[in-house]
Amino acid sequence: MAQKVLIKGNEAIGEAAIMAGCRHFFGYPITPQNEVAEYISKRMPEAGGCFLQAESELAAINMVYGAAGAGARVMTSSSSPGISLMQEGISYIAASELPCLIVNVMRGGPGLGGIQPSQADYFQATKGGGHGDYRLVVLAPSTIQEMIDLIVEGFDIADQYRNPVMILADGMLGQMMEPVVLEPKKRIERQLPAKDWATTGCDGSRPRNVINSLFMIPEQLEQRNLILIDKYKRIEQNEVQYQSIDIEGSDVVLVAYGTMARIARTVAKKAKELGISVGILRPITLWPFPYDAVAAIGDMPNVKAVFSIEMSAGQMVEDIKLGINGKKPVYFYGRTGGMIPSPNEILDYICDVLEVR
Amino acid sequence: MSIIFERPRSLTDKPFHYCPGCTHGLVHRLVAEVIDELDIQANTIGVEPVGCAVSAHDYFDIDMQEAAHGRAPAVATGIKRVWPDKVVFTYQGDGDLASIGMAEIVHAAARGERITTIFINNAIFGMTGGQMAPTSLLGQVTTTSPHGRDAGSAGYPIRVSELLATLQGAAYVARVSVHDVKNIARAKRSIKKAFTTQIEDKGFSIVEVLSTCPINWGMTPADSLKWLQDNMIPYYPLGELKVDGEGVINR
Repeated sequence: MAQKVLIKGNEAIGEAAIMAGCRHFFGYPITPQNEVAEYISKRMPEAGGCFLQAESELAAINMVYGAAGAGARVMTSSSSPGISLMQEGISYIAASELPCLIVNVMRGGPGLGGIQPSQADYFQATKGGGHGDYRLVVLAPSTIQEMIDLIVEGFDIADQYRNPVMILADGMLGQMMEPVVLEPKKRIERQLPAKDWATTGCDGSRPRNVINSLFMIPEQLEQRNLILIDKYKRIEQNEVQYQSIDIEGSDVVLVAYGTMARIARTVAKKAKELGISVGILRPITLWPFPYDAVAAIGDMPNVKAVFSIEMSAGQMVEDIKLGINGKKPVYFYGRTGGMIPSPNEILDYICDVLEVR
Repeated sequence: MSIIFERPRSLTDKPFHYCPGCTHGLVHRLVAEVIDELDIQANTIGVEPVGCAVSAHDYFDIDMQEAAHGRAPAVATGIKRVWPDKVVFTYQGDGDLASIGMAEIVHAAARGERITTIFINNAIFGMTGGQMAPTSLLGQVTTTSPHGRDAGSAGYPIRVSELLATLQGAAYVARVSVHDVKNIARAKRSIKKAFTTQIEDKGFSIVEVLSTCPINWGMTPADSLKWLQDNMIPYYPLGELKVDGEGVINR
C-alpha cells in the first residue's frame, strides 16, 4: 500500500485525472474549483500533456468536444454558473457520443449565487441541463479518496459507453484536505472499445470519420435518439452504484450523497444515543439513480420514514419519492444557498417527524 | 486523351445543395484544390459551422467535426492540441464567426492557434433566411432590418480581418473576393498561403472571402456579383493584411 498524502480535493481531482491517463485539460477560472486548473497547469506539462486556459466556459467545453472527437482522453472542470454555460456543448457531446469527464464543484445558486458548497445542481446534472433527450453518467464522491477512484473509473465509463461523465462534487469536497492514497483503490476491468470513430485524418484505409449531431430528417433523428436511449438503458442496467449502511432493521433511512452523506453518518451516531436506529443509503451514481435500492426500503416493515437530506431546496427527494412509490412517507430536510445543515438540526427534524423527544 | 479538368480528390461526388448563384460551392472547391495541391488530404481535419455550410462534411472528403454555432475555433483548438502535426481548418460564415463566435475567433487568433479559418462574409445570415449580420452594410435591407441597417440602432459593420490583424498571434490575414475570375485565382492563392502558414507552424491564419447570397439579397446571381463589387469591396477592401506575422499596411 502506497503512503498516504494530505491533499486538497481540487488538487486530487487533477492528480487523479493524470493518473487516469487524461492528457488534455481545458478550463476557465471559477471559485471554488480554481485549484483544479492551477494544479493541472503545473502537472500536465510534466506528464507530457496539454493544459489550456480557455477564454470562457463556452470555449472550454467546445475544446473538450474537439479533443474528445479527435480521440483524446480529455476533461474540464468548473463550478455551477460555469457548468450552466457549458450546457449547450454538453448536449452536443452527448449527441455526438463523445467520451469526456466534466467536473462540477457545486456552489450556491441560482444566478451568480455564492461560492460556498451546494448541491443545487442535482436537477441540472441528472435530468439533462442542456437541450434534447440525453443523459450524463453522474458520479458523486463523498470523500477525496473516493473522488480519486471515481475520476479514474469515470474516464473508463466514458470510454466504454462513448458518453460524457460528470463528477458532481461540492465546494466542501473541493476545498477540504484529507489523507489519501494517490492511486485508485479499485479499478474494474472494462473492455474499452477502440476509438476508431475519431477524427485523426483519413488516409483512405478506413471510411472517413464525421462527428456531428445534425439530422434534418426526423426519421433519422429519431433513430439517432433510439440508439442513445438503448445505450442509456444499458448504463442503467450495469452502472448503478450506491452504499447502504445499517439499513436492515433501522427505524428510519437517510438518503444522502457527497458531503451530506458524511453529515448523515454523524446524524446516525447521534440518533443512536437517542435510541433511534438510522440507516443510510448513499447513492454514488446519481444517474443512473439507485431506484431499486430505494424501492427495497419501501418494502422494509421496520422503516417508518425515509429522509432526503440535501444542500438544496429539495431535488434528489423527487427521485427518492419515485423509488419509494408511496410505500413510505418521504421527508426532506435541506439548507441551500451555501448553508450546510448541521447534524443537530437534521436530528431535530427527524425527532419532530417521529414525535420523539 | 488527357483529362484537363476534374473534381478535386478532396471533394466527394455529392452535388452541392447550395442555392443557385451562391459562392459556397466555389470556395469549397478552392479549399479542396489547395488540400490536393499541398497533398494533405489524409492529414487534414475540418470543422464545419452552423449555417449554410453545416453539412460541409457531405462535400469535403476528409475527417470532419461539426461545431456548435460560433464555436468552430474552439473545437479546432481541441483537435489541434491533440494532433499538432495534422492540418486543422474551420469553415465559418459571418453570423457564426463575427456574431455569436466573436470571442472564439479572437482568442484563437490571439493564442496564435495553428489553425486556418476560411471566413465566408456575405453580409447576411443565409441559412436562417436573410437576417442582419454583424457584417451587413449600412442601409442594407434584411429581414431584420427591413428599412435598411441603421447605425443609430444596429451600429456599424465589423471589419473582421482588420480587427484580427491587430493580434500578434495572427500570422496570415487576407481578404479576398470571388466576384470574378481574377479574384477567384487570388482567393485560391491566399487560401493556399493560409494553409502553408499553418503547416510552417507560424501561427493563426484566416482568409476572409467576400461572397454572395443571391436568394437572401433578392438579386440574380449576376447582379449579386456586381453588388458585391460595388458595395462590399469599398467597405471591405481586398488584400493581404498580414503575411508571416508582419503587418502589411498597403493593400
